[in-house]
Amino acid sequence: MTVTVSGPLPAEPYDVVVVGAGVVGCAIARRLAHHPALRVALVEALDDVGQGTSKANTAILHTGFDAVPGSLEARLVREGARLLATYATESGIPVERVGALLVAWDEEQLAALPRLAEKAARNAYHDTRLLGPADLYAREPHLGPGALGALHVPGESIICPWTTTLAYATQAVRAGVDLHLNTPVEPAGRHDGVHRLTTPRGPLHARRLVNAAGLHADTLDRGLGLDDFTVTPRRGQLVVHDKFARALVRHILLPVPTALGKGVLVAPTVYGNVLLGPTAENLDDKDATESTAEGLRALREQGRRILPALLDEEVTAVYAGLRAATEHDDYRIRAHPELGSVTVGGIRSTGLTASLAIAAHVTALLAETGLDLGAERPPDPVRMPNLGEAFPRPHQQPERVAADPEYGVLVCHCERVSRGEIRDALASTIPPRSPEGLRRRTRARSGRCGGFHCGAAVRALFEEAGG
Amino acid sequence: MSREVDVLVVGAGPAGLVAASRLAAAGAHVEVLEREQWPGGVPRHCAHRGFGAWPHALTGPDHARRLTEAAARAGADVRTGVTALDWTGDLALATVGPGGAETLAARAVILATGARERPRAARLVPGTRPAGVHTTGELQQAVHLYGQHIGTRAVIVGAEAVSHAAADTVRAAGAEVVALVTDLPRAPAAAARTLDARLRHRTPVLTGTSVTELLGRGRLSGVRVRHRDGRTATLPCDTVVFTGDFVPEHELARRGALTLAPGTRGPAVDGALRTSRPGVFAAGSVLHAVESAATAAREGAHAAGAVRDWLAADRSRAAHWPTGVPLVTAPPLLRITPDRVTPADRLPYLLRTAIPLSRPVLYVTQDGRPLHRARLPLTVAAPHRPLTLTARWTHRVDPAGGPVHVTIA
Ligand SMILES: Cc1cc2nc3c(=O)[nH]c(=O)nc-3n(C[C@H](O)[C@H](O)[C@H](O)COP(=O)(O)OP(=O)(O)OC[C@H]3O[C@@H](n4cnc5c(N)ncnc54)[C@H](O)[C@@H]3O)c2cc1C
Ligand SMILES: Cc1cc2nc3c(=O)[nH]c(=O)nc-3n(C[C@H](O)[C@H](O)[C@H](O)COP(=O)(O)OP(=O)(O)OC[C@H]3O[C@@H](n4cnc5c(N)ncnc54)[C@H](O)[C@@H]3O)c2cc1C
Repeated sequence: MTVTVSGPLPAEPYDVVVVGAGVVGCAIARRLAHHPALRVALVEALDDVGQGTSKANTAILHTGFDAVPGSLEARLVREGARLLATYATESGIPVERVGALLVAWDEEQLAALPRLAEKAARNAYHDTRLLGPADLYAREPHLGPGALGALHVPGESIICPWTTTLAYATQAVRAGVDLHLNTPVEPAGRHDGVHRLTTPRGPLHARRLVNAAGLHADTLDRGLGLDDFTVTPRRGQLVVHDKFARALVRHILLPVPTALGKGVLVAPTVYGNVLLGPTAENLDDKDATESTAEGLRALREQGRRILPALLDEEVTAVYAGLRAATEHDDYRIRAHPELGSVTVGGIRSTGLTASLAIAAHVTALLAETGLDLGAERPPDPVRMPNLGEAFPRPHQQPERVAADPEYGVLVCHCERVSRGEIRDALASTIPPRSPEGLRRRTRARSGRCGGFHCGAAVRALFEEAGG
Repeated sequence: MSREVDVLVVGAGPAGLVAASRLAAAGAHVEVLEREQWPGGVPRHCAHRGFGAWPHALTGPDHARRLTEAAARAGADVRTGVTALDWTGDLALATVGPGGAETLAARAVILATGARERPRAARLVPGTRPAGVHTTGELQQAVHLYGQHIGTRAVIVGAEAVSHAAADTVRAAGAEVVALVTDLPRAPAAAARTLDARLRHRTPVLTGTSVTELLGRGRLSGVRVRHRDGRTATLPCDTVVFTGDFVPEHELARRGALTLAPGTRGPAVDGALRTSRPGVFAAGSVLHAVESAATAAREGAHAAGAVRDWLAADRSRAAHWPTGVPLVTAPPLLRITPDRVTPADRLPYLLRTAIPLSRPVLYVTQDGRPLHRARLPLTVAAPHRPLTLTARWTHRVDPAGGPVHVTIA
């Protein structure tokens, strides 16, 4: 198993280099790991997998009911949702099929619901149902006053985005994919069918290149001489509420899209919190993941209307993610056989859901570029530590605590993370390189106290492990 | 596994330890559950002096040690590394620790779970999410318990007593305090404390100033501040400490659906520190985040007395769990603890004001009937400092009457 963060890179060309270890790149690497004859590297600019947009989204496993019918995105979301739901169950990724309600707050929105149901049907999703106000309030008694009805989409689910990305990467690495972190790459020409990539850690060579660079996919493409699209980051700010809010909401409460734009959603998380967001702001800066006073004010104003009691609970986190929007409506997934590359661009707001289907699609495109994939053998399954509240955590399993008392010693009290779980994460296949990475693997320090109680203790465990 | 004890105390801070000492000394079988590895609560990581009775003020760790030793001597069983997770019955708690999961039942439960400071997210301070953002609690533990490196230049948000404790901790760690920043028009700490910061340490105390944004990627690079006159500035720093703005650690109270006091969000209690559930008492910072450790200890002792009465009484009689009438305040008073009153109550009340009050007079009334009038022995009652009111008037309360109002004139 090879995970590197420094030092020179292997001199031998890889058969495939996947650039970008977001949820998409990791899914592709995992898919390529089904072909043991291939030498594959997953290369990431940052010090961890899933540190780009993949760590900061609304964590919904979409059904694709509202995709543009007939688009590539519609198909990959539909297929990906099914694949990921199955994979999550096998791999211990927390997922909960809570269902969504598109809540109509005015006549225009109410009139749009039947059209949305038809669109869902055109996307091969037939389980939607219109609800009147009585049914709606029976399902969501804490909803603010004034809702006129809703469209119920029972298949919409919530999932852990961190565990998903990490599960893909872990499985890929265990099956022989080399993961090189801290390795931003720049294309520097192609000779005899081999790409040369420059990195601060020295050169890297690849017979095939997969561009899964998310927000930077356009830049990487230009380095290859392609000019297919431009990424305009669209920021989404989100507010996370304390677990006490979880009892206020049962479904994902989606806004009804209208001519006036998209509203915000209120959604439970698998960790037992409640999300409010996202905003939608077009920006120039691909690093602008900061939150703003106006953004937070606007979100809270809308949240107060949707679920008034939510505003009484403490906010435990505020974050922002950048959607990789382009001038095109659909995903931009293209094979460039003449360049020996595949570009996976414009994976805007559904990439988590579609990841496994994108990976299968990209692998097929790679074969079309003339790459011989060789025999197929599924990699060993992974079993990820459970971060979800709907499934037993280690401290809740008396037999596990009896067998290993470290699972009974809680370090992060708000999130009830044991010393055993932190130890396991620090010794895992892809260990965290920062306290933030440890947080995404365990939830340690992501609770209501923001580290008041546990911050120093968690840091001490991280530093003891040589972090 | 399940066991039964006389009294379960949740939390081994000053309130829980003093309650446990008193009850154990009186012969009760008392078990204290403490989720940290060491008993003592917050004082454990307060290296400064200021605990116990002046002039023999102790450092926090010394204070914590003394309270722990006293509890052990009295025969209380203090179990560390054990978390009370949730209720399994009216007076039974599910716990977990290195020894495994266990359900503990008791004849009385005291919640002494303390408080925390509200961190950056809860305060909705916008900006990036860099490293170097702390609360005092985290900072003190990092420096005093773990010897961790903190940054080199710190901005302290807040200018009350705890903010100065944070500033001292920053200096003790060899870093520089850039400024203390408070949105209050006047620094709320004792004047001598503010003057000492300004003159001896040459640390600016910026009043009427709020933090509007955190800057920097990876590591904090500065904070944006805005003065109430509209001026803005960036204070370059690699560390920021959010101090004060305490809230009760009320998870168990809420999981148990205990009535909360609206002014504090801690469990509602009467003068015997009885919560809304028969047999469950509460003391210390969980009631009123935050007063001094001495106050928490005094309440622990008071709760111990009330628990003894409860254990001795014929508990089939509802009269042993009177509910009292609500005690309510109006602005500029922010809160009062206890916030329910019965005629037998003797514990003095603690209040906080939102604005400075000169020569305040407190009026206590019920259904328009005056119960008490008190001129406070202070020339100025300041925000972020306790105001006390005696309980010498409670015998006049009509337990069948309406809420008792405490107002200011
Ligand atoms: C607010 C918000 C809400 C969303 N909600 C949902 C949702 O509910 N459900 C859903 O399915 N999807 C959702 N999405 C979309 C989803 O998060 C994205 O589609 C997905 O994360 C994209 O993954 P990615 O791997 O393409 O990109 P990223 O996660 O951004 O990964 C790209 C990686 O490439 C690396 N990289 C870039 N350039 C280079 C280089 N030159 N060399 C090396 N590495 C490089 C980056 O560091 C980064 O790690 C949401 C997105 C946002 C912003
Ligand atoms: C930074 C700072 C500086 C201070 N400086 C001073 C000072 O100089 N002088 C002074 O008099 N006061 C000072 N105080 C206030 C003083 O610390 C508090 O008044 C006092 O600690 C309150 O005692 P307590 O027992 O109510 O709560 P805490 O001391 O907070 O103890 C509560 C305990 O309960 C435990 N606990 C909580 N939930 C559970 C659970 N579910 N299961 C098991 N255990 C649990 C916690 O781990 C904790 O140990 C300061 C406070 C702070 C934060």
